Amino acid sequence: MVRRNFMKTLSAVAVTAAFGLGSVNTLAAETIKVGVLHSLSGTMAISETALKETALMTIAEINKSGGVMGKKLEPVVVDPASNWPLFAEKSRQLLSKDKVAVVFGCWTSVSRKSVLPVFKELNGLLFYPVQYEGEELEKNVFYTGAAPNQQAIPAVEYLMSKDGGEAKRFVLLGTDYVYPRTTNKILRAFLKSKGVADADIMEEYTPFGHSDYQTIIAKIKKFSSEGKKTAVVSTINGDSNVPFYKELGNAGLKATDVPVVAFSVGEEELRGVDAKPLVGHLAAWNYFMSLKNPENEKFVKMYKDWAKKNKLPNAGTVVTNDPMEATFVGIHMWKQAVEKAKSTDTDKVIAAMAGQTFNAPSGYTLKMDETNHHLWKPVFIGEIKADGQFDVVWKTKGPIRAQPWSPFIAGNEKKKDAPEGK
Amino acid sequence: MRTIGLLLCGWLLSASCLAAIDPALLKPLASEDSDTKIAAIAALAQAAPEEALPVLKALADNSLALAGERVVIVDGARALDAASNTEIKPAPVAAEPIGINNRVRRELSAALAALRLFSGERAVRWQAAQEVTLSADAKMLPLLDKALAAETDPEIKTRLQLAHAQASLGSTDAGVRLDAVRTLGDSSDPRVRQLLIPLTEKRGDQWFEPDSAVRAAAGTSIRSIEQRLAWADNLGRAFTGLSLGSILLLAALGLAITYGVMGVINMAHGELLMVGAYSAWAMQSVFRAYLPGALDWYLLAAIPVGFLAAALVGVLMERLVIRHLYGRPLETLLATWGISLFLMQVARTLFGAQNVEVANPVWMAGGIELLPNLMLPWNRIIIVGFSIAVLAAMWAILNLTRLGMFVRAVTQNRPMAGCVGVPTGRVDTLAFGLGAGIAGLGGVALSQIANVGPDMGTGYIVDSFMVVVLGGVGQLAGAVWAALGLGVFTKFLEGWTGAVVAKIVVLVFIIIFIQKRPQGLFALKGRFVES
Repeated sequence: MVRRNFMKTLSAVAVTAAFGLGSVNTLAAETIKVGVLHSLSGTMAISETALKETALMTIAEINKSGGVMGKKLEPVVVDPASNWPLFAEKSRQLLSKDKVAVVFGCWTSVSRKSVLPVFKELNGLLFYPVQYEGEELEKNVFYTGAAPNQQAIPAVEYLMSKDGGEAKRFVLLGTDYVYPRTTNKILRAFLKSKGVADADIMEEYTPFGHSDYQTIIAKIKKFSSEGKKTAVVSTINGDSNVPFYKELGNAGLKATDVPVVAFSVGEEELRGVDAKPLVGHLAAWNYFMSLKNPENEKFVKMYKDWAKKNKLPNAGTVVTNDPMEATFVGIHMWKQAVEKAKSTDTDKVIAAMAGQTFNAPSGYTLKMDETNHHLWKPVFIGEIKADGQFDVVWKTKGPIRAQPWSPFIAGNEKKKDAPEGK
Repeated sequence: MRTIGLLLCGWLLSASCLAAIDPALLKPLASEDSDTKIAAIAALAQAAPEEALPVLKALADNSLALAGERVVIVDGARALDAASNTEIKPAPVAAEPIGINNRVRRELSAALAALRLFSGERAVRWQAAQEVTLSADAKMLPLLDKALAAETDPEIKTRLQLAHAQASLGSTDAGVRLDAVRTLGDSSDPRVRQLLIPLTEKRGDQWFEPDSAVRAAAGTSIRSIEQRLAWADNLGRAFTGLSLGSILLLAALGLAITYGVMGVINMAHGELLMVGAYSAWAMQSVFRAYLPGALDWYLLAAIPVGFLAAALVGVLMERLVIRHLYGRPLETLLATWGISLFLMQVARTLFGAQNVEVANPVWMAGGIELLPNLMLPWNRIIIVGFSIAVLAAMWAILNLTRLGMFVRAVTQNRPMAGCVGVPTGRVDTLAFGLGAGIAGLGGVALSQIANVGPDMGTGYIVDSFMVVVLGGVGQLAGAVWAALGLGVFTKFLEGWTGAVVAKIVVLVFIIIFIQKRPQGLFALKGRFVES
């Protein structure tokens, strides 16, 4: 009897213990895990580190105001080290081991392409915050950066306009991978449709991490001296931009002679460069730190405070840029969609994302398109100022809809403007 | 630039006694429309230079602002009324800066250049004469006539004559055109060639230029310009090759000692470069914090610091690891590779994974313009000079000092050197330290043109080994020729095939070369080689 009682007590204790543990487990589940997948080392760290900080800041801000559906967000940060296969490994780890509800990450298109199969297989959710070449529409991805018609094409149109210098010849210069190659393919077709001959287009590529731009600058000088007004369209990515702009400044190639418009250079990339010789060169983005509106003031202040509080390197001089804004917008839209769907389930959130709006630091209310997973965005063209900031010289009237399938690539007219399997 | 600033100060001081500009002339400068702005600049350029210059200069520097209805020049906390050039007290609170775009900037710099043609300073006039050449057209003829009449300096006069000739190309008098075309033959500016080419072409079945003598002269002028351009092109290409060669040499010189002379396969060589580059960054930070006035000279301090820091790391490496592995190349390779990973991680932990910013000092920015299409950047020139200096110093140490003699003796015949009393162990340490220190110097130089980050060394290790192996192991002269050869070869190839293909071709070339001639360009001859 005594023994049986003892056993009973023991099992009761075991049950309560199990329950107790269970309740501890449910407590742990009161947070929602979100993945942050950005290179914190290697050639892309110059651009991506700031995105990690933005993501953490936005998550902290959301947590401070009560979290999502009453649950706190728990960021899981991994470093894929500018190594494309490692991006796939790390995203698999985030989705299957850490069981994150959503991943915010990637910068280069090659990294996005390498994680795609993982997200499709495990039905994960990726928010991609950088301008890219289009030609892609995946059910599992939301693109909060610009498609070519929201950045590249308006920029080239500007260069051809009177205020942009009426350029007639173009140098398409890029890092050798999928984004610059595809963007330049689209631009070439676009330029042809505007009557620019093949002889007036020069295309040049350099490897990732290239640091000797002497030959290319000399080539540009020569090309531009052979007649008609010339402009350079740069899709150079990562830390190669620092030697490129240094060389450009030292070689005395001024913006008034040959303007360079860049698609991957923002305030963050210019921090490592003396901007005085670069005054007047251009960048096309959907956001600039110098924009004047209350939302942007809040955003800039929030990031500066965050940098100071977390003692980021050079915290006194931190800047905000377009992909950071896109990260910020993306996280907030995901939060709104989760609250609308009342679930973090991938399919439910995807359905709830359609038509979400957010009052963004760009000064416009941005909308997630109902069908094509891309944001409506305004386009700004800025000239570099001596302090490394941008002076907006041209902008669209309001946000424009993304065309992920560029009409300038043959065969795209048949493609559906919504992801497969949705 | 400084002289212009001084001049301007002079103007600002004397300005109070000058008549004011009509404010109605200034107001359109603040217009949103570029056409209005350009018209306003053209109108202002007709005003007296002393009055118009400060305003236009301020517009170019982005320090012109609109405060309410008044256009003001912002100068730090002060504000000057642009019309009367007198200080406004108290300074207006909300002054909206007047922005300009490239198109306006182009017109503005032409207007500024035209005004500066009459400056009292020779340097300012020289600069201005160069700038007006870019935009000279028929409208500027009266101005150029006036400037030519007033100019006394022969060099500037030649420049102005070119601009004058360019501006009179559109003259209706065939004689004037002929003179202009002949004068332009002395130019070496590719833009002038572009102006002349249409003169030799037909439009439909009509000649663009009706006079046959002018056509013939244009043809001759184009040919002489093209000759000069081609010459400058090749010179430019040779210089970029020389510059790349000097960088390769700086990266590889240290390895030429540690691997070439001592035979240690040092996979951590790239990280020694990194140590040097980070020393440059550290000195920059130190100067920024404690000696902001002398910030431009941080690089001079970085040279000894970079050398010592890298040498110290090298000596530690040799004492703790490498000396136990002499004669076992495979283990050395693995151990030094481990050290390389270790050093990278240390840098990542100490300074963060991101690249750090190393700014070019002011005296290294910009360049000298030899010809309109050939500009040699100062940082490249200085690095070429620096690599020559390092090479000379290393040659002197190896050939003229006692340590150098010991190093050569030990590498040629270790037991014999030991027998005659050379402390071989200590010589090894010092030689390795020297090689590491020189790698540090290379790193200091690299910090000026490449990115400084924890992984920077991996990009140079392959190049460095390529140079040493190609040149012939154990040979300093070989490394020099190999670096220069590779530099020039790569650059000529890049000009022809693009950077991506050039890199592949160079690597394939080296593989084939090493297969055919494993001893490199220069082989050591003698009995000790085989042992």
